Amino acid sequence: MNKLINKQQFQVLLKDGMTVFVGGFLGCGTPETLIDWVLESGVKSLTIICNDGGMPDKGVGKLIVNKQVKTLIASHIGTNPVAGQMMSEGTLDVKLVPQGTLVEQIRAHGAGLGGILTSTGLHTIVEEGKQVIRVNDQDYLLELPLGADLALIQAREADPLGNLTYAKTARNFNPVMATAAKTVVAYADHHVAEIDPEAVVTPHIFVDYLAKEEHA
Amino acid sequence: MNDPKAIIAKRIAMELNDGDLVNLGIGLPLYVSNFIPADVHIFLQSENGMIGLGPIAEPHEADSNLVNAGAMPVTILKHGMYFDTVTSFGIIRGGHVDATVLGALEVDEEGSLASWIIPGKLVPGMGGAMDLINGSKKVIIATTHTNKGRPKIKKRCTLPLTAYRQVDLIVTEMAVMAVKEDGLHLLERHPDVTITNIVENTEATLIINDVKIMEV
Repeated sequence: MNKLINKQQFQVLLKDGMTVFVGGFLGCGTPETLIDWVLESGVKSLTIICNDGGMPDKGVGKLIVNKQVKTLIASHIGTNPVAGQMMSEGTLDVKLVPQGTLVEQIRAHGAGLGGILTSTGLHTIVEEGKQVIRVNDQDYLLELPLGADLALIQAREADPLGNLTYAKTARNFNPVMATAAKTVVAYADHHVAEIDPEAVVTPHIFVDYLAKEEHA
Repeated sequence: MNDPKAIIAKRIAMELNDGDLVNLGIGLPLYVSNFIPADVHIFLQSENGMIGLGPIAEPHEADSNLVNAGAMPVTILKHGMYFDTVTSFGIIRGGHVDATVLGALEVDEEGSLASWIIPGKLVPGMGGAMDLINGSKKVIIATTHTNKGRPKIKKRCTLPLTAYRQVDLIVTEMAVMAVKEDGLHLLERHPDVTITNIVENTEATLIINDVKIMEV
């Protein structure tokens, strides 16, 4: 089984209007090479699901600045003034979600759950339009599962089958996003022959492709 | 009066107990870590995925894969560890964080907080703040007493809420206030300000009984 793909093969996976998970937290743990390949492809009208809006020159921020993003689902856009400006102009639809809710919505999709119950956001505008469910005398918001067509994952190491490890705080949303997209592409800093089974964070069964600049 | 931020940070540091798991928001809250007494050992969580958050990294030790929740390069202390966002927010929502320190745009006498949006003006997003304030055992607000003379401690928040009635303690450069069932209690005043000064700069109704002098 060969999961390695190059830039051209990666770009074939991209379609206008698709929904894309991008790992990372303010750019830390975002696969910048894959972002650059998306940028270069010119694909449009993307829905990006990411912790944040990146910075104008980093992470998903680059795609926003290049007007390739129609909708951004994130917990924070404060580090990307361009995203804020486009939001007020109406050229970018931003859906802000509490970070812990966002990650659980993604987990729910990947784990086959019908949603999650959380008290985060009760009595705030996050509650608007959502079902409140009372369990054991406590109110919770029902938050629905969130999946994507494609996940872009930044790993530290990958073995040939796509078992993955992550580097330090660059782990963040990457492992959970790898469980919840139809197609999962990982970019690894190091390609290794083998990873200690105890150290594998993302099992290879979640990973469809390993993207690499050049391969034989 | 000394630097208001130092006064606030130093006083909040006294609220933290040996062995506590603590999350400090970016900005003024993070400054609290400079004032932890030598005999108190706390564990700092950074919601992007670590416990054992150490000081900001010196340029020569900076690692782009090791950052805090404000994307600043940091260090990790002995016995620290990394985890993904699912685990991080499980820790937060699950009630495992002993204290969280957050900033405020407005905070009110019922203990509600507004900190993530000024509609039509500033839309940074809530990031992890909604989860932190809902899940932490103790919620401490670190804020200047007014915004250029305009009271930030209100009867009711006018901006969209981060959380409803979850704040325990408010520490400013002028005063320490606790939210209790019967309202907002003025516990301490800065030695250089009078109770009248505080009342004049506070929109909320303060319950005033035994007011102690703040340690500065």
